[in-house]
Amino acid sequence: MSAAAPERAVSVWRLRWRRLARDPAALLGLAVLLTLVAICYAAPLVERAIGVSGIDSDLFSRFAPPDATHWLGADDAGRDELARLLWGGQISLSIGLLGALGASVIGTVIGAIAGYARGKTDMVLMRITDGFISLPVLPLLIILAALDLKKLGFSDAFIRSGAAGYWRIVVILTLLGWTGVARLVRASTLALAEREFVLAARAQGASAFWILTVHILPNAVSPVIVSTTLAMGRVILAESALSFLGVGIQPPQTSWGSMLTNAQELIGNAPELAVYPGLLILVTVIAINFLGDGLQAAFDPRSDSR
Amino acid sequence: MLRFLATRTLGAAITLAVKSFIIFSLIGLMPGDPLDLLSQANPEATPEQIATLRSIYGVDQPLGDRYWNWLTAALHGDLGYSRIQHRPVLEVIIPALGNTLILTGIAFVVSVIVAVFLGTIAATHKGGWTDRLINLLAYAGISVPSFWLGLILIYLFAVKLGWMPAGGMPHAEDGPRIWINHLTLPVLALVMVEIGGLTRYARAAMLEVLGQDYIRTARAKGLTQGRLLLRHALRNSLIPVVTIVAFGFGHLFSGALIIENIFAWRGMGRLILEAIMGNDYNLALVCLLITTAMILLANILADLAYTWLDPRITLGGRRR
Repeated sequence: MSAAAPERAVSVWRLRWRRLARDPAALLGLAVLLTLVAICYAAPLVERAIGVSGIDSDLFSRFAPPDATHWLGADDAGRDELARLLWGGQISLSIGLLGALGASVIGTVIGAIAGYARGKTDMVLMRITDGFISLPVLPLLIILAALDLKKLGFSDAFIRSGAAGYWRIVVILTLLGWTGVARLVRASTLALAEREFVLAARAQGASAFWILTVHILPNAVSPVIVSTTLAMGRVILAESALSFLGVGIQPPQTSWGSMLTNAQELIGNAPELAVYPGLLILVTVIAINFLGDGLQAAFDPRSDSR
Repeated sequence: MLRFLATRTLGAAITLAVKSFIIFSLIGLMPGDPLDLLSQANPEATPEQIATLRSIYGVDQPLGDRYWNWLTAALHGDLGYSRIQHRPVLEVIIPALGNTLILTGIAFVVSVIVAVFLGTIAATHKGGWTDRLINLLAYAGISVPSFWLGLILIYLFAVKLGWMPAGGMPHAEDGPRIWINHLTLPVLALVMVEIGGLTRYARAAMLEVLGQDYIRTARAKGLTQGRLLLRHALRNSLIPVVTIVAFGFGHLFSGALIIENIFAWRGMGRLILEAIMGNDYNLALVCLLITTAMILLANILADLAYTWLDPRITLGGRRR
């Protein structure tokens, strides 16, 4: 890299990791996230170890207070609250990841095409992006969640399956975050397309697809990683809001948001049941935002205004 | 100026037309159609009668034709009836819009003032414990699920302390005390969600301005900190904040949708959810269009606010 470092070349990713490792907030965020993922996906093990179920209802232990069996108590159907939080976490966290990844893929494709093609294509694509940004997001998400899949040609069997409910939310939330990524990738592509190595590749007759995938996108990957991370937080929040309003994850599936659907009635007699899921959402999204901002600073030290 | 307004209004009208078609198509994809509901309500109706009604109401026509029929009627001032409320759509929407504007308007003003205040303190104490505390608050604001925050506020202030009602809508003839009582919690919830992002922008903008040469000059000539901030720094640091606020109107509105539903505030957000859930297509359609139009209007107002804050920006021309 620089001539002043004689010992040996250090890869840029190692440098970035070192910068990230010096950021306590980002490391804390990463640790919290990994822990949450590990615990949530260990839900079957936890259930077996404690001898409870977050899925089967048990009407004799409705609203059971916390004790040796139900560590956090039981909910209005006698299901163990802790186990339910773990199962719900699997859905909330995986939807956050998939929705953010989907948004990055769409945003990257649209941004790369717009930035590389320029001219009319660029103008049209960016108009569409701007148009998306000024839409009333939440009401539209609710409408999308209420759409009749039959009118879109899906089979009855698929619509009734649990997978359809899950993927419907993932697809809807994908539509939420792609605009930011598209703008970032477009800006990077515009700048990179002017660089000598791209001109050289073009002079050698490389196709647009080759230039984009081999020369441009690998150099534009760091802003995409940052915005994917931050999008995960927004997707988790949006999923929880949709599920809370009753148009997101449907029973028998559970997410942190759907656990709060009837929280407004619970708040009178079992307020702690309304506290736990929201607290987990808050902690998760704060951890994601810490990590995202840490990644931003590690990837682009000039941007760090902290 | 007038020329700018004319082109922007025209642009907004075209955008609105395009979006109205998209929203119209989406609503058409919702379960059932108005006549399914009618036939459910009247079991005696024969399939032939339903089919006849279908063609009378034009429900069986292709999407393009249906949209055109709706658009021509709408442009003649006929926006149709609300199915659940049995009243003309506008008659249902206008009071709800007023309620939403009261809620979001107050939340908007309070958020901007609080965010700029906190952002300025954080920027002038960069790296200190006040900065860190404000930063943590901002992180919490952007990370908290707004509906959950609302529930917690209800639990603390309405259930436990009993200071305020858990929700509901005061009447127009109620005194200001009752209005304030009902507005405090929803406004508080909205503000706490909104200021997270805004404070971070205000802080970054203020830091940027404080690094400028003219601030150093002003400081060198012996200005006090307060005067320096108020007279020299604040106005310039407001420019990016205004952009975020104006383009974040959609965000504020989405936040209001959730808050209105939790606090039973009879605004647009609650109306939209009721309309979508109750298959009141006409009402949902017009609600969404009005919301979209308001967002476009907010964007135009943001551009006007720019020129007021920064006279170097000329309207209509290319911005630097």
